[in-house]
Amino acid sequence: MLNASILTWLTFLPALGAAVVMLLPRRGRAPQVFTLLLTLLLFAMALHLPAHYDYHQQQGFQDELNVPWIGNPNIHYHVGVDGLSMWLVVLVSFLAPLGVLISWRVIEDRKSEFYALFLLQQTAMYGVFIALDLILYYAFWELSIVPLALLIGMYGRKNGRAAAIKFFLYAFIPSALLLVGMLWLYAQTGTFDLVQLQQQLHGWSTGSHATGLWLTSLAFLLAFAVKVPVFPLHGWLRDGISEAPTAVAMILAGKLGLYSLLRWHVALFPTEAAHIAPLMVALAAIGILYGALLALVQTDLKRLAAYATLSALSFCVLGIYAFTTASMDGAVYQILNESISASAFFMLLGILYERYGTYDMAQLGGVAAKMPRLAVLFVITTLSLIGLPALNNFVGEFLILSGSFQTHARIAAVATLGIIFSAAYMLWMVQRVFYGAPSAHVTGLVRPDVNWRERAALWPTVALMIAMGVASLFWMRAIDLTVPAMAPKIATAHTAFDARIGSTR
Amino acid sequence: MTPSLHLWLLPLLPLAGFAINGTLGRRLTKSVVSLVALLFPAAAFIQVLWIAAQAYHSLALPYVERFATPWIAVSGFHANFSFLLDQLTLIMLLVVTGVGFVIHLYSVGYMAEEEGYWRFFSYMNLFLFFMLTLVLAANFLLMFVGWEGVGLVSYLLIGFYYQKDSAANAGKKAFIVNRIGDFGFLLAMFLLIARFGSLSFTTVFASIAAHPAMQGGALTAIALLLVLGATGKSAQIPLYVWLPDAMEGPTPVSALIHAATMVTAGIYMVARTHVLFDRSPLALSVVAVIGAATAFFAATIGIVQTDIKRVLAYSTISQLGYMFLACGVAAYSAAIFHLMTHAFFKALLFLAAGSVIHALGGEQDMRAMGGLRKKLPVTFWTMTAAVFAIGGFFPFAGFFSKDAILAATFLSPHGGKLLWAVGLVTAGLTSFYMFRLWYMTFFGEARYREHRVDHAAHSTHGSHGVHESPWIMLLPLVILGILSFAGGWIGWPEAFGGHDWIGHFLDPVFGNSAAPAANAATYGLERILAAASMLTALIGWFLADLFYRRRPQLAEEAERSMQPLYKLLWNKYWVDEIYADVIVWPLLVLSRNVLGRGIDQGVIDGTNTAWATGARGASSWIRRMQSGNIRSYAGWLAAGAAAVLIVVLYLAHLY
Repeated sequence: MLNASILTWLTFLPALGAAVVMLLPRRGRAPQVFTLLLTLLLFAMALHLPAHYDYHQQQGFQDELNVPWIGNPNIHYHVGVDGLSMWLVVLVSFLAPLGVLISWRVIEDRKSEFYALFLLQQTAMYGVFIALDLILYYAFWELSIVPLALLIGMYGRKNGRAAAIKFFLYAFIPSALLLVGMLWLYAQTGTFDLVQLQQQLHGWSTGSHATGLWLTSLAFLLAFAVKVPVFPLHGWLRDGISEAPTAVAMILAGKLGLYSLLRWHVALFPTEAAHIAPLMVALAAIGILYGALLALVQTDLKRLAAYATLSALSFCVLGIYAFTTASMDGAVYQILNESISASAFFMLLGILYERYGTYDMAQLGGVAAKMPRLAVLFVITTLSLIGLPALNNFVGEFLILSGSFQTHARIAAVATLGIIFSAAYMLWMVQRVFYGAPSAHVTGLVRPDVNWRERAALWPTVALMIAMGVASLFWMRAIDLTVPAMAPKIATAHTAFDARIGSTR
Repeated sequence: MTPSLHLWLLPLLPLAGFAINGTLGRRLTKSVVSLVALLFPAAAFIQVLWIAAQAYHSLALPYVERFATPWIAVSGFHANFSFLLDQLTLIMLLVVTGVGFVIHLYSVGYMAEEEGYWRFFSYMNLFLFFMLTLVLAANFLLMFVGWEGVGLVSYLLIGFYYQKDSAANAGKKAFIVNRIGDFGFLLAMFLLIARFGSLSFTTVFASIAAHPAMQGGALTAIALLLVLGATGKSAQIPLYVWLPDAMEGPTPVSALIHAATMVTAGIYMVARTHVLFDRSPLALSVVAVIGAATAFFAATIGIVQTDIKRVLAYSTISQLGYMFLACGVAAYSAAIFHLMTHAFFKALLFLAAGSVIHALGGEQDMRAMGGLRKKLPVTFWTMTAAVFAIGGFFPFAGFFSKDAILAATFLSPHGGKLLWAVGLVTAGLTSFYMFRLWYMTFFGEARYREHRVDHAAHSTHGSHGVHESPWIMLLPLVILGILSFAGGWIGWPEAFGGHDWIGHFLDPVFGNSAAPAANAATYGLERILAAASMLTALIGWFLADLFYRRRPQLAEEAERSMQPLYKLLWNKYWVDEIYADVIVWPLLVLSRNVLGRGIDQGVIDGTNTAWATGARGASSWIRRMQSGNIRSYAGWLAAGAAAVLIVVLYLAHLY
């Protein structure tokens, strides 16, 4: 019974909580405390998913609920998780309390609105990951854009509004195309259901619907690729991340788009995805190097983090479109890893900003002598992000690169160069911020080292960096059950497409 | 029945030390920190001795231990936590834990007055953890964990004095240059997966053995990519540039990581994967040429350096070159033999240099030393043993291992007279610069300023003047001194009536590799070669004696008369500058100007702006529609309805 309703509870409790936050007294710590308790409860609930995951069930979805919602058009409230989405739901639940902890004293102005919007986007994230009906999915997808844009706009650093508008337009315009594609699919099949669509679309790639399907797949791809973002659609990322408050920067990029690429592009349009894959693989490799090289020459920590994010996310894109079991498993695993490590990174940058009021590396320097505990946490996070073996990112990146190498050897080799540049920009940054003699700016300010609240937010991420690097199997089991079920489809789809090319010649 | 060796415990012991000192060290007293830091490596050493005893008595090697749960497992690929023990591993384990423990002991004295004492020792224990993982790993991926892990600790310890910019720079440089090598290592692993579907040593080597026709091709590619990795870690051309800078770290670090153990990982790796190299003559030649070139090249730089640690750093690069050369002529056991003796005498050289530096209150410039023979007798005598060992004088340890390499180079089908000649000349240079160091440090008149030393010493020890180090530092010197003297006897060549015990011990590992089998026919030749290298070493000594003891003005004259050459060497052939100008600078300019200003701010932001301008135009036009006029709204409504109708009709027609 719980299994059927757990996802629904998870999804709608935060929205309910958002309403409660607005009713709570604005003075004091009531909004923080309430949001923290709620997000912790949600996390505990989310742990139900892995605890009761049925590893014998190789196909289909678990904790599934499928009830008719609207009769005509035929829309269902269809939710469920599989190895692809289950850990993402847990991830969202894990990061939320950390976001609250790190915002604890930073957000003072319009506090209730902040936490309400924060909870609202959590609902949207859950919804995106569990929805198995296109319209339901689309509703959550759109819902996710608004709170994030508002959070950037209202709580931004300097030019929050401009960044928010940029983010909104970048996310919104391709979504309109996505909607058109969805409606076309419905017009042709009479269903919005993922599973039914997959069955019905089988074989369409060569039939009379081929062109329509191809265009629809491109509309889907564009919407998701912007959200990841994939090079060169990353125009919103730099300003978005620079302006976003820490708790928002942690969740802004990556997982929504990457998950959607897998679920609603690769799995829905395997043949079309295989057709466009060489381009995506190339863009991913470019993104890896481009992001890393630009990160190398930034002087602002947040901008550096933005380009580093572009580079790191491009690894996931590479893994997805290289279409090998290892690379796709690695990509899904890497979504989790990147999210955790980048979140820790943003929290650390936020702590620095809170102490010294700047993200400018030229003003910082020698912080290690002043805040040794922060330095330790920072270095560990850095090492995780540059893929030190036995930490989490290494496992994901290794699987992605070694897997991609089997189908796209040259591109994967070029992408591997990224590990050199990531070490370069990260260690150079660590040096400029933490090593050397304390700068005048740093010397002038006496600031406390990380406090208990910040440690409570950071140490869980550090623990996961190690655990996920050493005991990857715990997470990989479910992922590896789902992704290979996708991969053979892709392999056959690939040959089908080639056969078609051959026949048309 | 084979007893369980609990190999897994071996790396975990120092890891426990790291965990304790790393988390609680800040609050512990120095003596507790030292106790923890010594206890766990000592326990590891004892376990290695026990394992060696087992191996000697009853154990069948190779012995493999595998963790039930794999580390990484996806459909079609998996990697285990698995450990491999064979004769090669055993020698490495003895060196790593033995020399490692001795250096830990020394550090207790050397670092006694330093800030961050606990931090230093937690790093040192962490280093042992990664180094033992590297050595014990039974697959490439686990080896890579140790491989990058030791690089990490090296980064942390080079930058130990992180407030010094030079130290922070050096640490960063070491890590990044090593990452270039690791890039090769990673690609090699990808190729191995593509070819063999596995990264396990046993699987890969067995499947190569099963296909005698497999030669060159992909194997060459894999081997050369591994060589790239090895050139990074073992500081060979073209990636050696980080090691001289690494001397920014505390001296015990230079001894342990940048001389005795970590930098030999590349040699260990080539030896471990020799099956690949045996099938690729091209890769072997590349290794040999790199090794010989590096040995010679680094030795020439070492001749003119004046910083005592830098001389030793270049000497390390040069000696690693010898080991590379040995690998390149498929004389793997000679390489491992030299790796071992080098661990003894180079660790000793660094520790003795540390003792000198310690006595002089931090002075590292040899021009400000001299005449220390009487003041630091233990340091002097132990260092003398090390100098004779590295110089290759009979019967010191270095003689046997270097001789094994030179003889193999001369005799091996992969070697040749030219490579041998380079090795021989390098031996002369080695002897010259080591005796130069010896004379400049311990002989002649005292050039240090008592006053400065007095001051430094006073502040730290409360005693006056230059003085010998405490026993906890001298004991390691004596132990290593004995090993530098006699440690080579286990490889006493058959040509000189010995048994070459180590060579035979390693035979099961390197068995049918292409190394020349010792046979009576070449004994005569081997004796002549040994005599030649002894003679060369003597010439080096004689010249150093002439230049730096009997007629010091000769050195200055030579310096003046060969100004351009001297400048070239003094500036280390300007390699750092060339790398900076040819690689680093263009990369930064490209990133900043072309990618940053050109593409990101130009094309991508430009497109945004264009869209925004367009959108603004469109919206101002749309705004005009919101006139507030009901009739105009009704008109728009009608127009919209018509548009929808047309679209629907058209679409219905289309499909």
